[in-house]
Amino acid sequence: MREAVDKKNMQLARKLVLIVIAMFGFGYALVPIYDVFCDITGLNGKTAAEAVSEVNYEIDLNRDITIEFVTSLNESAPMVFRTETRKIKVHPGQYYTVNFYAENTTDKAMVARAIPSITPGPAAEYFKKTECFCFTEQTFEPRQSKTMPVRFVVNPELPTKYKTITLAYTFFDNTKISVK
Amino acid sequence: MSAETAEHDDHHDHGPAKGLLRWIITTNHKDIGTLYLVFALVMFFVGGLMALIIRTELFEPGMQFIEPQFFNSMTTMHALVMIFGAVMPGFVGFANWMIPMMIGAPDMALPRMNNMSFWMLVAGFVLLISTLFMEGGAPAAGWTMYPPLVLQTGNALPFAIFSIHLMGISSIMGSINIISTIFNMRAPAMTLMKMPLFVWTWLITAFLLIAIMPVFAGAVTMLLTDRFFDTSFFDAAGGGDPVLYQHIFWFFGHPEVYVLILPTFGIASTIIPVFARKPLFGYASMVYATAAIAFLSFIVWAHHMFLVGMPLAGELYFMYATMVIAVPTAVKIFNWTATMWKGAMTFETPMLFSIAFVVLFTIGGFTGLMMSLAPVDFQYHDTYFIVAHFHYTLVPAAIFMLMAGGYFWLPKWTGNMYDERLGKLHFWLSAISVNILFFPQHFLGLAGMPRRIPDYAVQFTDWNMISSIGAFIYGFSQLLFVYIVYKTIKGTDCEKATDEVWEDASKHGLEWTIASPAPYHTFLTPPEKIPTEHY
Repeated sequence: MREAVDKKNMQLARKLVLIVIAMFGFGYALVPIYDVFCDITGLNGKTAAEAVSEVNYEIDLNRDITIEFVTSLNESAPMVFRTETRKIKVHPGQYYTVNFYAENTTDKAMVARAIPSITPGPAAEYFKKTECFCFTEQTFEPRQSKTMPVRFVVNPELPTKYKTITLAYTFFDNTKISVK
Repeated sequence: MSAETAEHDDHHDHGPAKGLLRWIITTNHKDIGTLYLVFALVMFFVGGLMALIIRTELFEPGMQFIEPQFFNSMTTMHALVMIFGAVMPGFVGFANWMIPMMIGAPDMALPRMNNMSFWMLVAGFVLLISTLFMEGGAPAAGWTMYPPLVLQTGNALPFAIFSIHLMGISSIMGSINIISTIFNMRAPAMTLMKMPLFVWTWLITAFLLIAIMPVFAGAVTMLLTDRFFDTSFFDAAGGGDPVLYQHIFWFFGHPEVYVLILPTFGIASTIIPVFARKPLFGYASMVYATAAIAFLSFIVWAHHMFLVGMPLAGELYFMYATMVIAVPTAVKIFNWTATMWKGAMTFETPMLFSIAFVVLFTIGGFTGLMMSLAPVDFQYHDTYFIVAHFHYTLVPAAIFMLMAGGYFWLPKWTGNMYDERLGKLHFWLSAISVNILFFPQHFLGLAGMPRRIPDYAVQFTDWNMISSIGAFIYGFSQLLFVYIVYKTIKGTDCEKATDEVWEDASKHGLEWTIASPAPYHTFLTPPEKIPTEHY
């Protein structure tokens, strides 16, 4: 009797341990699930991490969209980083180029990466960049400064409720991680 | 721990092993239950001391006594100690003591694992508490440990993470043990739908724990590798996303709040029928409501994150799903009230705590409903309103029912009746001061006082002073509980408890059919008949 119960207990415990292991895996599986979910729904304001090729859209001259540019530095990265254009009005379908200025303020070489984010998030998929310094890591010589262009277009299919789009860049100092 | 174990050595002279070693090697469910309860009580005072440090600093605006960094450590550690050190081990203690006695089993299913899970918990807390004495201080980024802020923690970070791993393994082992006990060790007559509600709520809680604790362990492991091994789960520079952490954390965190409250419901459902001298109203609906709450808890997590920039559809979904939880919860409140309706009620200390729980938990539930509304949550988020809300659902609910359970079962454990006059005094002091402590925090929150900040604008002074006064009364009245428990265990000039302890209690549960104090081994052969009053 007692042995039979012990055996049943061990069997059940083993099954429960399997649930535990599966749930630990599920926690990690949430990482790709989250990315896929954001990709499909366009949530979170993540823009494409690669350049899109230039397509000719029909330019909608009747619509004005305000594009604002915001720059910031992560954990006080030792840099100067600003935009030359704070905001512009654009027509959907037309290509524009704006310049950003970045400078390494240290006496050492630096590898930095700019991460873009778009607000409101659902507008991100209509904001196409054909050229951006954010697609790759940027290498700076000591005290080097750079003027970097971003070329973009707003897809005319952007729902009419969006009147303003904010593009924010944060520069991360990746020297420690990337130079090994 | 040695001091407490020594102190509690003398009330268990009927066990086989003698001396201190008994408490280290014991596999007896009653001994381990006692260890858990003593540990929970000690941690309750450690966490309470931290709360009093917070309330002392907040007595007046400006910086008085402590540094902001230390203040933040106190809010973080207070939460971790109270959740993982006091409330959860308290309920595990009751589970160890009572589940075998309630279902007619000789012991827990896996007694050696039971011992191990307790001592791992102790090891986890040694790690966590040791961070207080480290350079850079204890973790201070909030118990939710959001990156990137938490990644700035000093040497304390790996200690905190490993202590969470240990606590997690400990509660997973405890849960496996509880599930195995309930599934395999019941007396033959005890079918699932005849189990006492406390056993039911613990069964569901144990399933919640084995589902969420591994996810939490994964989340903190990702923090660990982000900090020390250059992974980028939550680091935008490497393609990660800090918001992802919040999703994983709250996937654990929301069911976790039900881990803290479901056993509370179970104790209330056990105590109220005994003192109303009626069967529990709506037994089956109680079971289904508990299961429904547990299920819903997995699909509402992002209501903690209404401000991170979710799309409208997400806000709406999580808002409505959260509001649905009010339905099974209301079923429970209704059933407890209906159980008391026209009952021949008496108001012993456990019943007083239970009635206060029903009333005050309802207040906490309503403020929760207010915050489930996404548009108004934008105002309430991270203010003292949320602090007031979850303290109403934890202190006059979880803590009150831990106290109530203590008074309710202590005579069975020790064979001595506690001092009813002192018990009532403890209740009234607690019930009044807990409202002085937390009710003003609703006003502070609505007026815009942010949480987790050591300083505040002068217009918040009055309510903060009142809240701090309440905190000190509440904190010091809990010492009375320690005295009452000590006196009951010692047993001199105490009334002896009968086997039934409470009038007609043996109709309500198997634990009241055995001798008081409960013998070291009970139900070595399963009971033939089970009481039928509770369903």
